Amino acid sequence: MSAEILFLSIAMAVASGLVGCFAVMRRMALAADPLSHVALPGIGVALALHIHPIVGAVAMLFFGALLVWALEDRARVATETVIGVVFSGALAIGSLMTKGEDLIEALFGGAGALQWPEIVFGLLAATAIVSFIITQRNRLVVMLVSPDVARTAGINVRCLNLLYLQMFALTIALGLRYLGVLLMGALIIIPAATAKGLARNLDGMLCLAIGLSVFATVVGTSIASWLQLETGPLIVTVAAATFLVSLVRRPSS
Amino acid sequence: MEASNVDSVLEVSHLSVQFGNRKVLSDLSFQVSTGSSIAIIGPNGAGKTVLFRALIGSIPFEGSVRWAAGTRIGYVPQKLDLERDIPITGVDFLRARSAVAGGSIAHTSRFLNLVGVPPEIAQQPIGTMSGGQFQRLLVAFALVGDPTVLLLDEPTAGVDEPGQERLNELMHRLQVDHGLTVLFISHELSVVYRYAMNVLCLSRVRACFGPPRTILTPELLDQVYGTQVNYHVHER
Repeated sequence: MSAEILFLSIAMAVASGLVGCFAVMRRMALAADPLSHVALPGIGVALALHIHPIVGAVAMLFFGALLVWALEDRARVATETVIGVVFSGALAIGSLMTKGEDLIEALFGGAGALQWPEIVFGLLAATAIVSFIITQRNRLVVMLVSPDVARTAGINVRCLNLLYLQMFALTIALGLRYLGVLLMGALIIIPAATAKGLARNLDGMLCLAIGLSVFATVVGTSIASWLQLETGPLIVTVAAATFLVSLVRRPSS
Repeated sequence: MEASNVDSVLEVSHLSVQFGNRKVLSDLSFQVSTGSSIAIIGPNGAGKTVLFRALIGSIPFEGSVRWAAGTRIGYVPQKLDLERDIPITGVDFLRARSAVAGGSIAHTSRFLNLVGVPPEIAQQPIGTMSGGQFQRLLVAFALVGDPTVLLLDEPTAGVDEPGQERLNELMHRLQVDHGLTVLFISHELSVVYRYAMNVLCLSRVRACFGPPRTILTPELLDQVYGTQVNYHVHER
């Protein structure tokens, strides 16, 4: 494994650990998966047009985040139905548009050498996501208590929500290379869910989620290259195994 | 009602709120003078929480809501859309609120003290707090922003008797000693009678506004609640 792949995958893991904490606390765990599926038709269109797949994926993910944002103010049930229908539909259409090897790679992530545009995009995206969470962390926490309370604290709730969802979409885009459309949602949610069960305060949860996410990524990637297996599924397997182990050690509250 | 009052912190005129075809509030007008305490009463579904949400600009409305310049609102909502099993402590919450208000982290303990939440409880995840402790934490949370007005939506709901007494006394102290304007929603008419300078009663039939002595009469209450209300005024 080359140094830049390792470095970039750690940057991705840090970003997804941080974004995941707020996703789990906002009860977005179920929306994470379908939202990542929306990248697939974007990848399909990009491949057909001979442009870099990440361009199509990012465009579709931003659109998906915008859709979730627009629906959030409405009744919860309606939102979940629409997310289920639209995003699963996107997965189906995307599968029809993408063929063979490309489809497998888009779904589960793939190996292969990194190109410079990807490295630059990855570093910029990871920096943007991490700085967003660090600078907006307090506002996000106040918004967790209640959007109404956040409004009285002078927070532009709609704007912050949109930004958060776009950062969430960007995190998915960041991980598509390694985990693919089907599995990236899991790397965002599982380490954060594990951290939620183990931590006793906010700092603890954020640090644990980062640690667990990096652990799953590095260990999963190493085992994959050692056993000559696919990287993405192994990363998620390690993350899921850590979650199961954590259930045994969960502090009673 | 239209004449502007220099001492009023809030002027509401012809406020109407509609959800779909259902009119929740209709042509409501009242003024709140600075440093006073207003109780909002009315049966379930009369639009008490909706009124608060309109006052803080969370929902669209017709008419006008004017807060005096420099007003800072501390809002204690009735229901939270928050999972209680998250590993965020009371202190985490207060520090976040304080940072958003641009205040220092150090003085959050002052607010915990004021509402009577012991520091060791505030260091625990919120899921381990009792209903009453969490409710008091929410009041502290509202106070961290150094508000001039407090909006309390049934602050004592789900709190045991001694806890209720404490919260009511705290609310009264904040109004009298710290000069805060307090608007609170309550179903406890004896609390309303004791602590409110004015009462705004909302009902589907009519809204009325005035001091407790003139509003909390058996006839008016029967009209507001649409049923016989057993309530005895204890003269002080």
